[in-house]
Amino acid sequence: MADSTYPLPGSLETTPKRWSQAAVLEWLNSWVITVDHKKLGILYMLYSIFFLLVGGAEAIALRIQLFHPNLHIISPEVFNRLFTMHGTTMVFLVGMTYIFGFANYLIPLMIGARDMAFPRLNALSFWLTFFGGILLYYSFIGGGGLYGAGNAPDTMWWAYAPLTERAFSPGHAPDYWALSLIVTGFGTIGASVNVIATALCMRCKGMTLMRLPLLVWLNVVTSGLALITITPLTAAQVMLLIDRYFGGHFFDTQAGGSAVVWAHFFWIFGHPEVYVLVLPAFAIANEVIPVFSRKAIFGYPAMVSASVAIAFVSLGVWAHHMFTIGMSSAGNAFFVLSTELVGIPTGIKIFNWLATMWGGKIRFATPMLFCTAFVVQFLLAGLTGIMLSVAPWNWQLHSSYFVIAHFHYVLVGAIVFCIFGGIYYWYPKVTGRMLSEKLGKWHFWLFVSGFHVTFDTMHIPGLMGMPRSIYTYEANRGWGTLNMIVSIGGIIQAIAVLIFAVNLIWSYFKGKVAGNDPWDAWTLEWAIPSPPPVYNFATDPVVTSRRPLWDIKHPEDPDWKYE
Amino acid sequence: MLAKCQRYIPLSAKCAGILFASFAWQTAFAEGPQSTPSIFAPASTPATSIYGLSLFVLAITGAIFVTVASMLAFVIFRFRQRGEDDTSEPPQVYGSTQVELAWTVIPVLIVVVLFLTTARMIFAIQDAPQPKSALDVTVVGHQYWWEFNYPKLGIHAVNELHVPLSSPESPKPTYLTLLSADVIHSFWVPQLAGKTDVIPNNINKMWIDPQHPGLYVGQCAQFCGVEHAKMLLRVYVDTPEDFAKWVKNQQQQAVSDETVAAGRHVFETQACMNCHTISGTAATGRFGPDLTHMMSRDTLASGAMANNKENLREWIRHPDTFKEGSLMPAMQLNDQQLDQVTAYLSTLR
Amino acid sequence: MSTAAIAHTEAEQSWVQPSKGRVAMFCVILAESAIFTIFVVAYIYNIGKSLYGPTPSQVLEVPIFNSICLLSSSLTIWLAEHAIERGKVKVFGLWWALTFVLGAIFLVGTGVEWHKLIYQDGLTISTNLFGTTFYSIVGLHASHVIIGLIALLTVLLFTVTGHVRQEHAERIQVLALYWHFVDAVWIVVFTVVYIIGR
Ligand code: HEA
Ligand code: HEA
Ligand code: HEC
Ligand code: CUA
Ligand SMILES: [Cu+2]
Repeated sequence: MADSTYPLPGSLETTPKRWSQAAVLEWLNSWVITVDHKKLGILYMLYSIFFLLVGGAEAIALRIQLFHPNLHIISPEVFNRLFTMHGTTMVFLVGMTYIFGFANYLIPLMIGARDMAFPRLNALSFWLTFFGGILLYYSFIGGGGLYGAGNAPDTMWWAYAPLTERAFSPGHAPDYWALSLIVTGFGTIGASVNVIATALCMRCKGMTLMRLPLLVWLNVVTSGLALITITPLTAAQVMLLIDRYFGGHFFDTQAGGSAVVWAHFFWIFGHPEVYVLVLPAFAIANEVIPVFSRKAIFGYPAMVSASVAIAFVSLGVWAHHMFTIGMSSAGNAFFVLSTELVGIPTGIKIFNWLATMWGGKIRFATPMLFCTAFVVQFLLAGLTGIMLSVAPWNWQLHSSYFVIAHFHYVLVGAIVFCIFGGIYYWYPKVTGRMLSEKLGKWHFWLFVSGFHVTFDTMHIPGLMGMPRSIYTYEANRGWGTLNMIVSIGGIIQAIAVLIFAVNLIWSYFKGKVAGNDPWDAWTLEWAIPSPPPVYNFATDPVVTSRRPLWDIKHPEDPDWKYE
Repeated sequence: MLAKCQRYIPLSAKCAGILFASFAWQTAFAEGPQSTPSIFAPASTPATSIYGLSLFVLAITGAIFVTVASMLAFVIFRFRQRGEDDTSEPPQVYGSTQVELAWTVIPVLIVVVLFLTTARMIFAIQDAPQPKSALDVTVVGHQYWWEFNYPKLGIHAVNELHVPLSSPESPKPTYLTLLSADVIHSFWVPQLAGKTDVIPNNINKMWIDPQHPGLYVGQCAQFCGVEHAKMLLRVYVDTPEDFAKWVKNQQQQAVSDETVAAGRHVFETQACMNCHTISGTAATGRFGPDLTHMMSRDTLASGAMANNKENLREWIRHPDTFKEGSLMPAMQLNDQQLDQVTAYLSTLR
Repeated sequence: MSTAAIAHTEAEQSWVQPSKGRVAMFCVILAESAIFTIFVVAYIYNIGKSLYGPTPSQVLEVPIFNSICLLSSSLTIWLAEHAIERGKVKVFGLWWALTFVLGAIFLVGTGVEWHKLIYQDGLTISTNLFGTTFYSIVGLHASHVIIGLIALLTVLLFTVTGHVRQEHAERIQVLALYWHFVDAVWIVVFTVVYIIGR
């Protein structure tokens, strides 16, 4: 086919098919056996949102216990389990799955492919992740163990040895933690392999690497990083299990093993992991911000190289989580430098978003609201990160609520905001209906205010000496009022998230019909009907620039002239 | 070094002002006597140096934030779409090498400055040579309590660390050697120094030289198990005279008072002696705190409660009342035994 | 239906992309390398840290024959790849079978070594730090050899039943890539365990 053609947006109106047309069982079965990237993407997203609610509910429980000094609403054991499960859930079951939700759904559509490179591997990866999550939560029931001790994991998400060794954690709590994460880890590896292979090998004609939408690029970088990031954790967890089941001594300090080695292994995973989580959020912002500013992304090559640079540098900064562990001063200084270097490529990204918005005609629909808030919040979060990277100051701030505030500012203020923005943006493509703008505005404004009430305030108790992971605190420390404010903010967030959940369901049935291209956007997925047909593209598209739909809409001034 | 740090202060007065305002506002709200271990109220050289550095870093990051955030605010207000019907597209700009170069180079310079300042401070604090006059203390972290050994003075103190006052004229810093008996803990008294982890099979060091007498609170800062929250720390900075008096008392054998012999008998015949030491008695256990001078302390069980007779009795009856999950078991003593042991322990000044 | 042609001269050019099998295998190898790196680092860190014996120098013998077998299997599999590329299925089958045999010899050799260590020297995974790290890293490698052998065997069965043809060369090369990786890892493990660590 030399002259490939594809329909203009708005032309191919098909009424979305309703599930009620099929028998429910058959319908359910179709979701279980599916190997379609779109369905798997939706499954990943639902899974992620479900665990966001679970993890969020756990956070609210934590906040209720910390509402006031010396409360005894939750016992210390349960509190420890709750924050461990909260952290583990949010990072591994929410953070690691939203990535593949968006990646699975969007990458084939954006590069003009019919499916992922390995559809069956894709399904396998999802179900591994799924069972990993179930396994983690089964620990609440099955974690009692032979000795009657233990339960759900209760050793923080860092699971520092030797606290996780048999001697200090009898029962099965750390086993569930390690096993379930090994299982989800294999899911992640499978999915990452798939993303890379898809993006490199399934591109439609004309989609050169430098024309890939930024979302695809960032997901490739993320997946590459995930491959070398998740595996060290898997390795360390295997060692932990060897210690616990075969009487090994890797982290057994009584037999000459080392506690510091676990810390290194964990953070060799743990630090790059946070960039694995945040890069796909950047990816979403990279798609949303240009469309709502009505301008091409500013400095595309710089965006790509900055992402690659972040990934590389992030491999060499892990010990900034360990400034207090007693490294040599030269070691400390090295990790100060490498950590602060990450600020440079990240700064480039912030400035590029700013420049993209500069001189545009910014339309503040809900997706853009979330992404704008993201830019501001990420800026501040990055700067508190810089403060933490100053080793001597870190000796004070480490393991205090300042750190908690820093990383919630990124994890919630950047990632969750981008997830919400992305969902508002692509929901019409997935379901064929718009999310309600009215509920969306409510959701947004409540969530930002709740977010700032909670996490702005949270920095202060950290500066006032409040450590993390404590189930209660002394009344005379002066942390009471602040914690109360933090807790109230958490509840405001919960209300906002509830509105979001309502919006998701309500709009599915009653939302405005979207049409192919409701946002007047530029990437390939908007050229096909919403929801897309099973085969995605009737004919294989051919592209000649980064913004194929812009070229069609503006034949007088197409992009390829400038690339 | 103090002088060096002072140089940063005017630079960053504005940022500090904002923080202090929130700080003052906070204290105004709460009732009762406060002992807030704020890192902005330093009382020892490491903490003071860090405080100075923190103001400097706050000023830099604050300036970056103000600059970038105001540009963002400008963009948001200036370039928003006005009117739904305006559908024309703005001019497309794809990038600009000069601008992009600028915002790469400026951050590089900032990073260089930040790094150099930070590195200097790391070496200054971490590699400070130990003066002859320094006091050595070995800190041993246990699950939910602290042990403080003064090797040169032959003292085994528990939970409450006493150190002498230090002043620029007669420096008397305290050098801590940190060890752990079980899992990782972290020694943190914010007003005196940053924290250092306390790790099994690994030796860490830190130092303090408190400049004002008084009580400084802190707590274990690395999650170490169920009662991590109640592994509190109290550091008493004593004037030289007070410190000498305290040392003298700690070096004594345990008080041996015949009127409480019954209690001592209970202590020595129950399992207590397997875990606790009382010098001059048969009790030489090492799993729990040394009780030789337990009444010289203000608190029990690493700050979980005030040290008085009722609390002591209740603690021995049922440690979970104060510290659910502490590693001391309830010994199932009867009321009489409880009274006797409490009476005996109350004499151990 | 309105359509727009967006084809340009470029569309006429041929459009080649990398083979997805190869890309995927490279990704897997990348991930596996990270796992092995962590185990190797743990091994090196713990050299000489055991509090009690036996020590490596007391009990370890350098498995030279084994290593030669495994490493030469890289050569034979390469010859097999060559053969299938040319469509010489018979030659392919021979080299492939030889590869399998060499790998199997290696595995048996490891089994013999472990048997001696466990029953003569009393070194098990829980004896000391050396035992823990030794069995972990060698075992991790051996488990990769086992996976490789199963894959080799599968292909061998297909070859014997006449299902392997020239057009499968690509897939066979992808599999061979894995086998080369397993061999390369052995060089690292060998150096660390039997040379540096002894
Ligand atoms: C998505 C997640 C995410 C992201 C993106 C980041 C980004 C950064 N983080 Fe954060 N971090 C976490 C998640 C994240 N972090 C988590 C989860 C933890 C704690 C885990 C735990 O303990 O449980 C943590 C903890 C953590 C610590 C350890 C704290 C401690 O426990 O002691 C440190 C210390 O250096 C740190 C630093 C940084 C830095 C320097 C960045 C940088 O990447 C930020 C770069 C961005 C900017 C700097 C802003 C924009 C730049 C400019 C405007 C240019 C100009 C600026 C300069 C030149 C400075 N982080
Ligand atoms: C993506 C990651 C992510 C996200 C989104 C969040 C979201 C939140 N987190 Fe979390 N948090 C972590 C990752 C995350 N956290 C990690 C990694 C740790 C470290 C753990 C460790 O130390 O081991 C941590 C630790 C942590 C702590 C410290 C615990 C401690 O050290 O003692 C606290 C305390 O306030 C907290 C609070 C919150 C709050 C209030 C939210 C809010 O933003 C949540 C808002 C969302 C909701 C509230 C969902 C709404 C739910 C419903 C609508 C369902 C029904 C609702 C109810 C029943 C109320 N988190
Ligand atoms: C299994 C060991 C064990 C036994 C037996 C035991 N204790 Fe303890 N004890 C501990 C531990 C551990 C602590 C520290 C608890 C903490 O702070 O978390 C402690 C703390 C104490 C304290 C508070 C010390 C302080 O200064 O803070 C007192 C008093 C005490 N025990 C008295 C007793 C008496 C009396 C008995 C016997 C009736 C007894 N203990 C038996 C382990 C034990
Ligand atoms: Cu000891 Cu926390
Ligand atoms: Cu980090």
